Formats: sequence, C-alpha cells, structure tokens
Amino acid sequence: MTVNVSTRTADGVTVARVEGEITSTTAPGVQDRLLPLVGGSGRLLIDFSAVPYVSSAGLRMLLILYRRAEQAQTGVVLGGLSEEVRFVMSATGFLGFFEIADDLGSEMGSVRP
Amino acid sequence: MTAERIDDFPTRQIAGYRVRRGRPFPHGATLVPGGVNFSVFSDGATAMTLVLFERGAAEPMQELPFPPGYRIGSVFTMTVFGLDLESLEYGFRADGPFDPVRGDRFDRNAILADPHALLLSGRDTWGVPPDWSRPYQYRSMIALEDFDWQDDAPLRTPTEDLVIYETHVRGFTRHPSSGVPAPGTYAGLRAKIPYLRELGINCVELMPIFEFDEFDNGRVNPGTGERLHNYWGYNTIGFFAPKAGYAATGAYGMQADEFKALVKDLHKAGIEVLLDVVFNHTAEGNEHGPTISFKGLDNATYYMLTPEGYYYNFSGTGNTVNCNHPVVRDFVLTCLRHWVAEYHVDGFRFDLAAILDRGPDGTPLPNPPLLEQLAYDPILRHTKLIAEAWDAGGLYQVGHFPNYGRWSEWNGKYRDVLRRFLKGDEGTVGELAARVAGSPDLYGGRGPAASVNFITAHDGFTLNDLVSYNDKHNEANGEGNADGANDNNSWNCGVEGPTSDPEVNALRLRQMKNALAILLVSQGVPMLLAGDEAGRTQLGNNNTYCQDNELSWFDWTLVDTSAELLRFARQMIGFRHAHPILREARHPLGVDFSGVGLPDVSWHGVRPWEPDWSPGSRLLAMMRCGRNAAGTKDHVYVAMNSHWEGHDLELPELSGGVWRIFADTGAAAPYDIHEPGTEPMPGHPRRHHIAPRSVVILTGSDD
Repeated sequence: MTVNVSTRTADGVTVARVEGEITSTTAPGVQDRLLPLVGGSGRLLIDFSAVPYVSSAGLRMLLILYRRAEQAQTGVVLGGLSEEVRFVMSATGFLGFFEIADDLGSEMGSVRP
Repeated sequence: MTAERIDDFPTRQIAGYRVRRGRPFPHGATLVPGGVNFSVFSDGATAMTLVLFERGAAEPMQELPFPPGYRIGSVFTMTVFGLDLESLEYGFRADGPFDPVRGDRFDRNAILADPHALLLSGRDTWGVPPDWSRPYQYRSMIALEDFDWQDDAPLRTPTEDLVIYETHVRGFTRHPSSGVPAPGTYAGLRAKIPYLRELGINCVELMPIFEFDEFDNGRVNPGTGERLHNYWGYNTIGFFAPKAGYAATGAYGMQADEFKALVKDLHKAGIEVLLDVVFNHTAEGNEHGPTISFKGLDNATYYMLTPEGYYYNFSGTGNTVNCNHPVVRDFVLTCLRHWVAEYHVDGFRFDLAAILDRGPDGTPLPNPPLLEQLAYDPILRHTKLIAEAWDAGGLYQVGHFPNYGRWSEWNGKYRDVLRRFLKGDEGTVGELAARVAGSPDLYGGRGPAASVNFITAHDGFTLNDLVSYNDKHNEANGEGNADGANDNNSWNCGVEGPTSDPEVNALRLRQMKNALAILLVSQGVPMLLAGDEAGRTQLGNNNTYCQDNELSWFDWTLVDTSAELLRFARQMIGFRHAHPILREARHPLGVDFSGVGLPDVSWHGVRPWEPDWSPGSRLLAMMRCGRNAAGTKDHVYVAMNSHWEGHDLELPELSGGVWRIFADTGAAAPYDIHEPGTEPMPGHPRRHHIAPRSVVILTGSDD
C-alpha cells in the first residue's frame, strides 16, 4: 500500500496533498515526505481531501509532525478532513491539538497555480 | 553515542519470523526497538506457543512455539521482530495436563487471551452480535501507549471533599435524548462534562470499564422476547484493556486514546475518576464456563479451588479469584498501577472487596497481604481505595474492613438506616445521628472519609423508585422476579409505581429532596447515583444488570421535567462545598473547640438541646458549629422529620446572630431552597414550623 504526497508552494505557504489511508504501514513513508517541509518559514497546509482513514499510528505521526513544526515555528494547518477522520480525531482528543481549516478553498487561495 | 542496543537484533527465525529470547518483565506484550516482547506466566504448562492473527481473520496466520531456552522460571518470553502493530492480534496456546482434581485444566485446543493484554478485540462495537463459530472470540492486541497528557496531573482532592457520582459509561448518554455526537461512549460522556460541572460533583465513579462481553448473558426478556445483555459488565475478560464497545472509536482500536481523552478533560473540569474494579471473579465461570485466559494458563494459581478441584463461589458468579496468592497479588497490583500510571485514574472502588481478604481456601485472613500491599504501594499511594466491604459468601465487613489507615468503605449501614428513617420506621433516630455524623461508631480512629455515604447505588432501586415502589419488579430480567435484593427498605408513598395522584407525586418529590438533603449534609463522602438528581426511574427494577435499554439509560428529558428536583440537588451540592464544617476530616466529638459556647455537633428535638432518642421518635435536629472548621463561621442546623405530622420547632439560640432558611423541603418551589445570599429569615427568629416528612436546613452566624 502506498500513499502519494504531492507538494507545491507559493507565497510562503506550502500545500502537501496526501492521497490514501494513513496507517501503521504507510505512516512512516508519509512522515518522511512531510518532515522536510517543516522548518521553512511560513505555513504548511496538509490537504486531507483524499485521505479516507487515519489510524491510531497515523494520528500519532501527525502529532509528532505538529510538535516538530511547533519547535521550528512553522504553522501547520490540516484541511479537507472527512467527517469520519474529523470524528475519530475529536473522539480521541487529537483534534484539539491542531489548527483545522474548515474552508480548504480559501486557505489555498493564495497558492493556486 | 548510538541509540541502538546490541540486543536489538534477532538471533534466529521461527516459522518465518525473526525472534530472540525476550525479557520476562513486564508481562504481556511490550514494544521494544524493532519488535514486540511477549512474556507470559504459566507454572504448569509443558509448552507454550505464541499465536499470531491478521486482524479479523478467522484462522491464525502463524504459530510460534517458545523454544525451551526461552523460559525463565515459569515465564515464557520471546521478542518477535517486524510485526505490524495495528493489524496484529495474538494469543497463547498452553499445553499441559488436564487434571482438575490437581487444579490443572490445560487445553491445547484453546487459544488464550493474554492476561496482561492492553487491548482486546472481538467486541469492538457494542451490541454487534458476535460470530460464535469463530474458535477464538477475544484477541489480544498491542496498544500504542503514548498519549499527550500535556500537564495533566492527579487532582488529589481530599477524600472528605469529594461528591461522588456513580454512573455507567453507556447508560449515561445512550438515550436518544442525550444530544451528544457519540451516544453511549467515552466521547459521549466527555461531551456531558459541562452538565457534571453545573451539577457540582467533583468525582465520577465509572461502573466496570475493563473489557467484558455484553453477550455472555443467554437469557431473554420474557415480556418482549428480546435478548438480554450483560449490561453492567461485572464479568471481566481483560483487566488491562478499556472496553472497546464503550468507545466511539472501538472499531478502529482507539479505545485507549478515547478513554484517556475523557480522563484528561474530566481532570481539567476538576473532576476525579474512580473505576469500579472487579477482582473477585472473572468471566470464565466454573467448570462449565468458557476457557478464555486464566483457566487455561494456570487454573490452580488464579482460582480458589476446593480439595476436589471445583471452584469456590464466594462471588456468586461461579468462580473466585485467588487474590492472596503471591502471583495473583502481583497481577492485581500491576493492573491497578497500570490504570493509575497509564490512564491517570484517581482511585478504585472494589466490587465485593471482602473476597480480597480471603486466603486460598476461602478463610478470611486477619492481615490480608493484598490489601496491605495496595494500601502502601508507592504508585497507588494517594489514590482513593474504596471497598464494597462484603461478598456473596456471607462475609460482611462494614466498619471493620482491613484498612491500614487507607481504605474507605461503601457504608451499607448508612444506606439502610437512612432508608428506614425516611420511610418512617420506628427506632431509627439514634442510629441516624451516628450515620449523619460520619459513623464514628464504625470509623472512629479512621475518620469520616472512611465512610462513603449513599442511599442509592447501581445495585438496587433508583431514588425515584425507592419512593415509588414497595417491592422489586424484575420480571424483565427473565428469572421470575427471583433476582435482586428483597430488603429494599422502600416505601411507595401510597401507590405502587407511576400515578397521576398529585398528592402522592408531591410526597415522592419531597421524599427525594429529603434524601438528597440529608445525604449532602452528612459527614463522610456522599455518593449519588447518576440520574437520581433528576428522578430517573427503572420502573421498579432493582437489578438492571442485563437491561441495555430505556430501563437503564439516563433519559435527558428529565432535566427539564424534573427541573425542580435537579435545582434542589445542585443547590445542596453547592451548599456542601460552601460549608467545610460538613466535610471535616475528623469526627465531631460534641466538644466546643472554638470557645464560642457551641460544641462542634449538638443534637436537638422539637426543643433545642432536647433530642428525643425514644423508639417512637421520628424527628431529630443536628447543629454543626461552623466556628470549629477552618474557612467558615456559619453554623448549620438540620432538622429531619420523618413523622407524618408537622412540628413547631424551637431553634437553638445564637449569641447575637440570626438563623436564615437555606432549605425547607416542606415549602413549595422556589421556596424549597435558596440561592446563597438570598436566604430569608424565619417569621419568628427562634421558631420554625417543620412540615410532615420534611427536612429544614438553616444557616446561622453569631456575629
């Protein structure tokens, strides 16, 4: 199982679009792709519109990424969360740690090609 | 310096898996670099096999025998590398003799759950009927134990300051009226924290949340034909695993995180969490019960057995855990430490705790090592330990449970005499005085915090039913109304069950207020049954262990329809928090420590300083002198009248001060209870009429 991560940057905002389920199998690969995006100035927007499921290990990967970003003073925003993913993050208390973009379109406006 | 260790590498392959000899501690499955360390104890096993499943698959994907050298003492241990933690389920296959008379019941056809499993799968979503054809119902899983607790720390609320609220995770929000996003779950309960804060309680006691099987009840409701459940869950399968079916995310295996998020938010709201734990028996039953874990690993160690190899049944459920066996003591201690260290819970209520002081042959021990060990354990040191100080084998230890200065008890005698007084029985006033003063006759030397005072609990009638039924009505349980307690000390106020008679309903409401009022001014630790603050009914069923339906669920429309009772309960809880004299850590002695001329407690009748202790007396007034506690100076006067007639009370004189009426259950709402600062004075400064079957609470200052 592979998860695709594609990135593009404009005006100091990096958008990382993740496609696929984030589980214990795929999380390390996703983390390897996302971590290098932390540390640059500005913001990192992770687009989850194509992520149907995030497992327990996936949520932990996100939280570790978020902690790294805090240290590097990179703002991380999660966008495009499905109802299901948002519900699981809410029930387990993970949601409260993240900045969530309800309206992905407006967040991404500045980085449209 | 490299972070790697030289023993991070496998030494051989078994069945295609890279392994090495493991570490015996800790028992269970533990994450180590690159792999998982498995460790399991069995004294009598001749061979042990680790069985691995792909999550959800019917048949194992692989079985790995522990090589002979992977055994240290009676512990089998192996580290397996390269496992996928999230999709792995595991169990053990133990080989050994089947010789019940000697206590051995090994069965190499059974795949056993790990006694230390951090998660169990198989009942991931509540109420989804299991596939009984699967050979192995409950599978052990590995948990990711990291959780960001941030700065969560134990609240360490002094025990005497607690107001405990006993509830059931599912029942609290399962009713369609709860209005929460995930009804019947840890997340649902978390969404109701604002309600708990507004109510004013500062401690929740959760009925069992260790993994159990809600489908282990084979009975049906004779009225409806519906299958009954094991709804309460006093039948543990996994002592280290939070129940998945109580988690909205149980299907994803995230119950541990969801439960931790609940505990963390309760702590943020100033609310402690106690777990109701069941160490007296397990779900394996007697010789006819299933082999799930302990029975197949080391039957003779974990259970109390008769000389013929049958199961002692002090629990009333088939088997009895051999709690004072040294190995089992370790198991219990490790389990409780796990819940404190890993889940940040604040204490425990021990179901049928008298069993915990029985020796291996069932004899009560004078100095039971398990209880002593729990009392002094460094991790458990500041947690609350509360005993249900009796068992089903006839051992009743209320007032003399081995306590080591640490243990509190459910005060069953408080419940019994309060109920008898409330219904108007003769000969109760003398004992009532002892109970509302913190039961110094039972807990002298231990202090009032040893007494958990309650009138209702999950076992028995709800408060509404206590004043609405003379007899239990348990037909829906499918046992011909033979189950449940018969000595309820209840009174239906004239009509059995619901009625449209306004006088009966008014009396019931007053009786519920009377109960709450007395409970919340009593010294000791008050415990409320969830829903009683809003008049929850079980239609006279006093044993709803099997009723996963509206009989048990909290109907949240009661918050509106019982607004008067709820307001009364909130105000009473607030009153308790505002008056330290009611929460003193020592028993009152009837002595004037303050020098204001009033003893810390004094007793009165219709006339001040003249209590009537005669058998026919149904009126008693207690005065607590606030000068005897730090942080307050208000005196509290509580007149309790269970007589069917009213009385003109003459109030004790205050030097220069006045009495104000905080509560009078005989008065119509909203004059039944007053916001602090708005309490009116009695019409005559030293007189007040107490209505029939009423409680009056006055506050006074001597400024």
